[in-house]
Amino acid sequence: MSQAVIQFKDVVKTFGQQTILDHVNLTINAGKTTVIAGPSGQGKSVTMKLILGLLRPDSGQILVGGQDISRMRAKALNEVRAKFGVLFQGSALLDSLTVFANVALPLEERTGLKAAEIRSQVLATLAQLGLAGHEDKYPAQLSGGMRKRVGLARALMLHPEIMLFDEPTTGLDPENSLEIYKLFLETQKKFDYTSVIVSHDIPKVFNLADQVIWVNQGRFSAFASPEDIQLSKIPEIQAFVRYTMGKIYLSGEMEERV
Amino acid sequence: MILYLEKIGRNTMTILEDLGRMGAFLFLALGGVFKRPFRFSAMIRQIRLIGADSFWVIFFVAGFTGMVLGLQGYYTLRKFGSEGALGSAVSLSLLRELGPVLTALMVTGRAGSAMCAEIGIMRNSEQLDALECMSIDPFRYLITPKFLATLISVPILTIFFNVVGIFGGYLAGCGLLGVNPGAYWAGMEQSVVNQDINMGIIKSFVFALLIVWVCAGRGYFVHVIRGAGFGAEGVSKVTTQAVVLSSVAILVWDYLLTAILL
Repeated sequence: MSQAVIQFKDVVKTFGQQTILDHVNLTINAGKTTVIAGPSGQGKSVTMKLILGLLRPDSGQILVGGQDISRMRAKALNEVRAKFGVLFQGSALLDSLTVFANVALPLEERTGLKAAEIRSQVLATLAQLGLAGHEDKYPAQLSGGMRKRVGLARALMLHPEIMLFDEPTTGLDPENSLEIYKLFLETQKKFDYTSVIVSHDIPKVFNLADQVIWVNQGRFSAFASPEDIQLSKIPEIQAFVRYTMGKIYLSGEMEERV
Repeated sequence: MILYLEKIGRNTMTILEDLGRMGAFLFLALGGVFKRPFRFSAMIRQIRLIGADSFWVIFFVAGFTGMVLGLQGYYTLRKFGSEGALGSAVSLSLLRELGPVLTALMVTGRAGSAMCAEIGIMRNSEQLDALECMSIDPFRYLITPKFLATLISVPILTIFFNVVGIFGGYLAGCGLLGVNPGAYWAGMEQSVVNQDINMGIIKSFVFALLIVWVCAGRGYFVHVIRGAGFGAEGVSKVTTQAVVLSSVAILVWDYLLTAILL
């Protein structure tokens, strides 16, 4: 059985009068891909920020690698964050730095590598992600798909144990979305990271999932497979599935059962 | 009545929250000085942006302020037959008050607003979150170099303002209105003491701290400032707010420091 790398234990998060997460529990296992899905404004991004320690829960525990980060001091939290790589929705590249400088940043700031070594590692990673020749460009000079690839390159530079993807294909055309998914599969195979994907791109993103967490009205529902979601008896999920998926996504196994 | 009291309570809480946030911001920004590796090159770049790039603005503002002081001073002093005191009037006005205050207001408008907008945009586009996620302290990486650069640049710009302003007064008073140059410089030499110069420098340090604290802080907290709005509008509102707040703070502290130091 896989080891749990991220666990939510009875987590509550509110903003003012609004309860975003209401006593939720969650387990994400090592080496697996967990997709967090659900309607907008239900707490998916808050969940991601809680995992990263960018937000703190009102109550409950969030364990990353067995350490509770919910009450952790900033210095210790920084050490835990070193396990993560994050691809933000808008890529979050530093727009005053070139592609090269963005990708080199984690190495410059967090390792004692020499400039020549950093340069060779960055150029190699950029080449792997199809960005060779673009290293002197600024983020504003890149397409949305290329920005995502640069964001992915930056996130992978320190070989993270856990990769978080926040809406990785939002704003991309179908071809670029497919490209990102392809890169995801390639890089996960290469770096063997645990991944958490927050996405609206249903049902396509389900192809990548080992587990799906459905977030709705402050509650999590965990499903072992995308098919289980479609067969859920929860009315909100049934309505969302009908609206977004229709009868599109059926694996071979489920086709036999249905 | 209860609703009214609730509103007062809510607003008081908002103000206290804001003060607490800004206090913590100042503490972390200054604490960044002791964190390694120190970003010396980033600080030098900021000194160029805040200090060197303000050269011509300060030069013209100082020159014309000095000339106006020369003109106004000359016509006022002439009524009392004391044109010879023009040098001391111009230099004392500049060294004690106008130099530090006008330099600080110029830097607020030019560099403080840019600083606030830059950090606000970085906050909105998740660039600050990205730094934290890479375990890079945004204070050490981004904020502290701006703090130090402002604390170094503003006093230097203030000294430069004073020098250019005094020459501006000389140009108007002696060059155009015929005041005796010897009397102008001698008057200045006799009346200006170290305390006047020190007062101006102390003020410029305090104003520099106010500018960078308020402007960088408002940008950093653009996402949690009540009523600021979101996106580009939020950054725009917060930038305006930062410039107004720091300008008012400069004038209030100018009064307080004058009262304390005189």
